[in-house]
Amino acid sequence: MKRILVGIKRVVDYNVRVRVRPDGSGVATEGAKMSINPFDEIALEEALRIKERGLVEEVVVVSIGSSDAQPQLRTALAMGADRAILVQTDAAVEPLDAARLFLALAGREQPLAILLGKQAIDDDNNQTGQMLAALWDRPQATFASKVEIDGDVARVTREVDAGLETVEVDLPAVITVDLRLNEPRYVKLPDIMKAKKKPLDTISATELGVTPRQRVRAVRFDAPAARQKGVVLKDVTELVAALKNRGLV
Amino acid sequence: MSHVLIIAEHDGRQLNLSTAKCVSCAVQIPNAQVTVAVFGQDIEAVAASAALIRGVTRVLRIENPASVHLLSAVIAPQAVALARCAYTHVFGPSTTFGKDLMPRIAALLDAPQISDIMAVDSAHQFRRPIYAGNAVLTVDVSNEAIVVGTVRTASFDTAPATGSAAVERVSVDAALPLHTRFVALSGASSDRPDLQTASRVVSGGRALASAENFKLVYELADALGAAVGASRAAVDSGYAPNELQVGQTGKIIAPDLYIAVGISGAIQHMTGIKDAKTIVAINKDADAPIFESADLGLVGDLFTLIPELRAQLARS
Repeated sequence: MKRILVGIKRVVDYNVRVRVRPDGSGVATEGAKMSINPFDEIALEEALRIKERGLVEEVVVVSIGSSDAQPQLRTALAMGADRAILVQTDAAVEPLDAARLFLALAGREQPLAILLGKQAIDDDNNQTGQMLAALWDRPQATFASKVEIDGDVARVTREVDAGLETVEVDLPAVITVDLRLNEPRYVKLPDIMKAKKKPLDTISATELGVTPRQRVRAVRFDAPAARQKGVVLKDVTELVAALKNRGLV
Repeated sequence: MSHVLIIAEHDGRQLNLSTAKCVSCAVQIPNAQVTVAVFGQDIEAVAASAALIRGVTRVLRIENPASVHLLSAVIAPQAVALARCAYTHVFGPSTTFGKDLMPRIAALLDAPQISDIMAVDSAHQFRRPIYAGNAVLTVDVSNEAIVVGTVRTASFDTAPATGSAAVERVSVDAALPLHTRFVALSGASSDRPDLQTASRVVSGGRALASAENFKLVYELADALGAAVGASRAAVDSGYAPNELQVGQTGKIIAPDLYIAVGISGAIQHMTGIKDAKTIVAINKDADAPIFESADLGLVGDLFTLIPELRAQLARS
């Protein structure tokens, strides 16, 4: 069966402004609203649209983490994914180990493509997709704003610093998605009910042959240097004078 | 001693300034020997500019017809073949070029990557922003023989072009894949300064309300000799092209002067400009969050204020 795997990371919701704990031991996320990483939601939406065009038969969502990620996987199933896999581990998983876990799943599931968000909005690492493509020895098309699948080739438009770059990649491939690829659908209530009956399998990271290691050790968390609040000026004349004062014009 | 290999970013003709920023980061590692690798085809001139960057010990020029479009799948195996020899660090810029390439290199080296390095504490300790810049994380990689990093270019100065490193032409032995093919690159070629390196930037947001109105931003930028940027809202609405987006998922910039026109100042936007020396906000909503971080603010209708500002600048 032709299928797409989609990575789903549970992260602190986009609208929550997190704060560093006063003792520098971490970021206070207790009680914060948790959601699917917004980029991953876009990846899932794209996979669903590819399925709706009849190009694949199955969309499988994968999350790596503790059982806390189950609600996000259920949301993904309610959006339209066919089944979910929770790769269970209580350890913090660095991108290279996440890539290894996806690689092991790629071996089992033989997907046509693996779609991931270009970055997670907590760690802001932007690594996992590229690392997976390297280990899998397959193409990567990162920061996608358009994906066209034609047989065993995908044509992907990428948002790059210089503008838009189009690449053609042989499938299977890893595609990481950017913000403007699509607008994810809203979940309807009946779909939430239906999602409860869809399969959600759990497999441990060790069963997939990966024991997550901490290689990048967190030493300390600091609050960012705050900018001083400035002055509000009366009119354009004052602004121009202030800019001149600072030698900026 | 640390041996840092920097992967040069260029467009085939010119070296990108991001490379000199990577050098500024690398030389902060104690006792670092800095080597710049330039991949591509017909890149003699690019390699020559890399050799001028102060702090660079050696430039390696690796020509290959397959490298002409700098596809990560093609460059990574070559970079890995080089890096395996004698390097402790492999750095690239945290631009779309480096973000795409460096993790592919890291995975092939079985090395961890530190993304968006904003400060160097030691050869194995670095600082980087997380949560859209809401926190700064200090990380340690003391147990690693080799680490990969992307350098947050806004955090480092451009190393001056006063050096004179030797350029060596080398060839590497690596199997290069054919599974990824370049098709096209489209971007508005512009006479305006480059957004990522400009000393002045004028950005427009949602309040511009149309692509037509966005001309006001271009006109003010031209009056100041500034580059043009945009908020995510303005890009999503189609007022400005994607390559102008400033913020967490767009470009991270550090101009001397940043003028935000009709931008409310979401945290995701502010993380892209927090190293700007002076931020000017022009917004009709006095409660907009941008005024919390702006050095100079003006509350009012941008459609009257921007033409007036342009007129006064023209007079002065």
